Amino acid sequence: MLTIRTFLVRGLLAGLIAGVLTFGMAYLVGEGPVSAAVTLEGHGADGHHHAAPAAGDGAGAPAGGIRMSTAYEADDELVSRADQSTWGLATGTLVVGLAVGGLVGLATGVAFGRVGTRTAQGTSALCAALGFGAASLVPFLKYPANPPSVGQADTIGARTAAYFGFLGLSVLAVLAAVVAARALSRRWGGWNAALAAGAGYAVVMIVAARLFPVVDEVPDAFPASLLWSFRTASAGVQLCLWGVAGIALGLLLRTPVRRHLAARAGSAA
Amino acid sequence: MTAIPFSPPASALPATAVPAVPALPVLPLRQALPWLFFAGVLLLLALYFVSAEQGAVSVFSGTGVHEWVHDARHLLGFPCH
Repeated sequence: MLTIRTFLVRGLLAGLIAGVLTFGMAYLVGEGPVSAAVTLEGHGADGHHHAAPAAGDGAGAPAGGIRMSTAYEADDELVSRADQSTWGLATGTLVVGLAVGGLVGLATGVAFGRVGTRTAQGTSALCAALGFGAASLVPFLKYPANPPSVGQADTIGARTAAYFGFLGLSVLAVLAAVVAARALSRRWGGWNAALAAGAGYAVVMIVAARLFPVVDEVPDAFPASLLWSFRTASAGVQLCLWGVAGIALGLLLRTPVRRHLAARAGSAA
Repeated sequence: MTAIPFSPPASALPATAVPAVPALPVLPLRQALPWLFFAGVLLLLALYFVSAEQGAVSVFSGTGVHEWVHDARHLLGFPCH
């Protein structure tokens, strides 16, 4: 018997797998740029915890340094770089993997049989792809990920509100687009309805991107190539997370769905 | 007049037109709702602790949680500091 429990349990399992692989990806391609940015940051300041940006903002920093915006100094660090780049990174990726996997599982359970896909793998791939687009890719286009030493400590409140506001709006817009596509598909057919709904989502998010505040806090001295490698690594990490969760969930759902269909065919005969 | 046939959503197929690939079962929303609500809230809470705790807002004082998940927060694209 298929219930929402089937989907939640397998979603969590798929998320765990995704979390493990995402840790590997983040460690291999992400830690290089993160550590390089932390090193820049450490050289850039004589202060410690969240040094006031008003004092020597850039101009007064020692040669080779950028700016200090958080605590990395070896003498008073709370968590060592060695822990941050291994156990800390693993904690973050596993918890986010579980959460994303569980949410994709729940979404797949609700979408099951209600969208145009005919297979468990198609439905979970669709849900993960929409989740990636709505919660990672589109927010990334407006507010790209920033490495350590980019971002002023005193604007964290406004930046956090803008980021999550944009992300929340994007998720709501995708949910609305799916509902609209389902309603339109009866008259227009699946493809046309999906294209129309996708266009509607794009218009909403382009208008929102114009209206939401601009964040531009990359210091002039920050190396452009390091920013690029950090951001491409971040995009890859997020794609890995959602992609593996969606693929693993589809594989994990094959057996219970096949059993369910076989039992239904058996009872109908 | 020839109309181009679009494939209708699985739920709109009449029972007699079951294709080679059988239609997927549909879960009753009423049964799923408490699971969606409870698990959804818990999972979003877990996301909050990795993505935003001790940044703009804090449940616990200090910076321990923030520093521990620091690298993941940066690489997953969340505003960190």
